[in-house]
Amino acid sequence: MRARVLVRPKQGILDPQGQAVERALPALGFTGVANVHLGRLIELDVEDPARLPEMCERLLANPLIEDYEIEIARSATGQAEPEAEHVHHNAGPEAPAGTTE
Amino acid sequence: MKFGVIRFPGSCDEIDALRAAERIGEAVLLWHADRDLQGVDAVIVPGGFSYGDYLRAGAIARFAPVMEEVAEFARAGGLVLGICNGFQVLCEAHLLPGALLPNVSLKFVFRQVRLDVVEAETPFTRACAPGDRLSIPVKHTTGRFYAPEAELDRLEDAGQVVLLYASGQNPNGSVRDIAGVCNEGRNVFGLMPHPEHAVDELTASTDGLKIFESMRAHVSGLTPA
Repeated sequence: MRARVLVRPKQGILDPQGQAVERALPALGFTGVANVHLGRLIELDVEDPARLPEMCERLLANPLIEDYEIEIARSATGQAEPEAEHVHHNAGPEAPAGTTE
Repeated sequence: MKFGVIRFPGSCDEIDALRAAERIGEAVLLWHADRDLQGVDAVIVPGGFSYGDYLRAGAIARFAPVMEEVAEFARAGGLVLGICNGFQVLCEAHLLPGALLPNVSLKFVFRQVRLDVVEAETPFTRACAPGDRLSIPVKHTTGRFYAPEAELDRLEDAGQVVLLYASGQNPNGSVRDIAGVCNEGRNVFGLMPHPEHAVDELTASTDGLKIFESMRAHVSGLTPA
């Protein structure tokens, strides 16, 4: 099963990479752009998507500094589709704080 | 006193750490794939780019076989010193609080910095006095220490903030100018500056030796001269 994991810096943590991109866009004439953040896209084939949250917590993301979002592609071809099913994320104000082991 | 310095694929400061430790005691290299800590009294996780620093700095090295032994060693009270990439590895392994983020400048910084010793009651700083100022170099791109505000308050109250960048010296945007922290048990310590690069007058400062001397003093149970 094809899955996508989107990892982004937690809200409120300074994101200098996002800021650098945000400053570069107006220089090219692209105005009206704000709140740019850079993250990471991880695509993977998994046999058991139920294990993805644990993979995210333990390796793919660092929950102390990053939020993650898991999407499972609905397409049988295994290609990530725009209408991917959103199955799990740890973002948002109600999200648990960084986990410990 | 026997130090063990871990060598991961991608480490680059393990030989300097070994040479620095040899000025204080015996020192051996430990291979990342080995589970044998060779009876060392203290483990040093050195600087570099362990496992290429893929994904996040230190994220993969954390799962090296030797790190399982290091975690066990730390739980038993053994001294573990993480320098630069080693600090990142220990944070990723949850042996130290917090995380290291890319420098605010997004640039590689390589310069001598002045550090204030905040906490001298640790096995890594007992050769210093509170308020002592150390001159030690930094060289990193991912050195911005971060922890949530409540956690920072807790760390300060518990005396786990050991070293600060002196006023105006913060090279990376670390929260509250934090340069080095220890765990609750005070037997695991991580810092971004490189004490192993400040052990000879040839490179302007020998202040880094105080970290290694402190560790020896702790292990031998003696007060440093």
